[in-house]
Amino acid sequence: MTAAQLSLPRPRASAFKVWFRNLMVWRKLIAPSLFFTFGEPFVYLLGLGFGLGRFVGEVNGMPYLTFLASGLVASTAMNTASFEGMYSVFTRMVHQQTYDALLATPLQVDDIVAGEMLWCGTKAVLAATPILIVSVLLGAVDDWTAVLAIPLFYLIGLCFAGPAVVVAAFAPSYDFFNYYVALLVTPMFIFSGVFYPIETLPEFAQTIVQILPLSHAIALVRPLVAGEFPPVVGIHLAVLVAYAVVGYLAATVFIRRRLIT
Amino acid sequence: MPSKAQVVEAHGLTKRFGDRTAVDGIDLSIAQGGCFGLLGPNGAGKTTTLRMIMGQSPITAGTLRVLGLDMPDAVREVRRRTGVVPQMDNADPDFTVAENLKMYARYFDLSPRSIGARIDELLEFVELTDRADSPLRELSGGMKRRLSIARSLINDPELIVLDEPTTGLDPQVRRMIWNRLRQLKTSGKTLLLTTHYMDEAERLCDQLVVIDHGRIIGHGQPKEMIETQVEPHVLEIQGERTAIDRLLESCPDIRLETVGELHYCYTHNLAPVLSCLESAGQLTYMHRPANLEDVFLRMTGHELRD
Ligand SMILES: Nc1ncnc2c1ncn2[C@@H]1O[C@H](COP(=O)(O)OP(=O)(O)O)[C@@H](O)[C@H]1O
Ligand SMILES: [Mg+2]
Repeated sequence: MTAAQLSLPRPRASAFKVWFRNLMVWRKLIAPSLFFTFGEPFVYLLGLGFGLGRFVGEVNGMPYLTFLASGLVASTAMNTASFEGMYSVFTRMVHQQTYDALLATPLQVDDIVAGEMLWCGTKAVLAATPILIVSVLLGAVDDWTAVLAIPLFYLIGLCFAGPAVVVAAFAPSYDFFNYYVALLVTPMFIFSGVFYPIETLPEFAQTIVQILPLSHAIALVRPLVAGEFPPVVGIHLAVLVAYAVVGYLAATVFIRRRLIT
Repeated sequence: MPSKAQVVEAHGLTKRFGDRTAVDGIDLSIAQGGCFGLLGPNGAGKTTTLRMIMGQSPITAGTLRVLGLDMPDAVREVRRRTGVVPQMDNADPDFTVAENLKMYARYFDLSPRSIGARIDELLEFVELTDRADSPLRELSGGMKRRLSIARSLINDPELIVLDEPTTGLDPQVRRMIWNRLRQLKTSGKTLLLTTHYMDEAERLCDQLVVIDHGRIIGHGQPKEMIETQVEPHVLEIQGERTAIDRLLESCPDIRLETVGELHYCYTHNLAPVLSCLESAGQLTYMHRPANLEDVFLRMTGHELRD
């Protein structure tokens, strides 16, 4: 690592050009993109929410459908930002050489990283919000407080974007992402309280789950979807912001190392 | 002091990747206007040199000024005033031809509204007007390269950097691109191009340096280099080594270079050599005028082409 690689990021307004490029591509590919981000959570919501909900009844004082929907919107934000930060960034960096094209203009590597982070947050919102809307239609959402979950989707996106971009910076090929998904994304999805309260886990497992960000994301999103304000905000918000900031710093350092040779 | 500002001025420019030296202390002085060539085989260090000039690759040692500005400090200003045609086309596959140009204009802070007419002009220049709304996947390799050229001109650059602009293209497209590059030269732009085709260098470049293993091993005007550094006549000869040896004995005024199965026979005086060849028999040969390939072979002992 050189001093230049380790220096603080210098984000500039030009980052929005990278963000805008991604938005325009997304707009062109909106149909398949919506289908994929939408499809899977929708199946969970219908299949588990109605199927399992019948047996489970209430969880944590709310209908199971509400419990599940609130977990799914948060995990959708996580998945979307993670996949965008890994697969899409890798595609643009390696296969399409898009970053090479950008680096022949006044844009610089720090603009690219900041732009991709901003975009991952946006993509998380674009993917999680429609599922929130479907949840409303299914009667799973209780109150307007749920609207406050939307800016949270952005933060959750930022929080998972950094680590994903770091993984992309180290990836020799797409296969590499399977490790990150299998070791972190999927376990978080299963264990962080999307499907059942984390209190049912053994003590040590709860500790691990609370070091990872998804449980904190759900701790904030779930009450809002259920129609109340989260009883505890500070610590959960702090964890998400910390992941976002540290992830951004690390993503900048490692993408610089990969691109500036 | 040169009367005109130098577009690129490098001293001892060096790039090391770990313990491999890709560019080994080269000096460059590229005047404004005209076409300057970096000629060298694959792996010679051409792309690495361009990447340093564009501020995309940190300089290991040496000094570099581009458009009169110190690099790498002036990287953004230099890129603002320069156009790049990369070795690998990297236009956005998710956009159409016109959308690519529009988006690229944004990166240079050119507003999409002010740029419409310019995009039409550029599409016409590279003969892609009827392809404006085609998605990238419908373009041939030659069309993609022409789009890259149009894209490199979007910011009306003073300097245009082209990394192997015609590699892998068919002869018609190459010729069309050469014509366009000549037009750009005439309009007063400075072109800096790399190539491993000597015919391209001979046709386009007013000045060139020959690079091998990261070092400059020769420089000058293509014609003058051919005239001063190699004999005017070349005979490419194939045949038994013993027959070649007999030829060498009977014909004193020749110089012979052997690359694999092929012997290059150089001479100032064609007629006597031809009669020697006829009497030696057993040899097939082809006569051609000397070109930059021969200059390169003379300097390095190996061929330029792959
Ligand atoms: N990023 C890199 N890391 C390590 N070695 C590199 C890198 N880029 C180029 N090289 C090496 O530097 C040398 C010059 O490469 P390059 O400038 O691409 O040559 P050319 O463009 O003339 O074909 C080659 O030996 C190449 O393998
Ligand atoms: Mg090259």
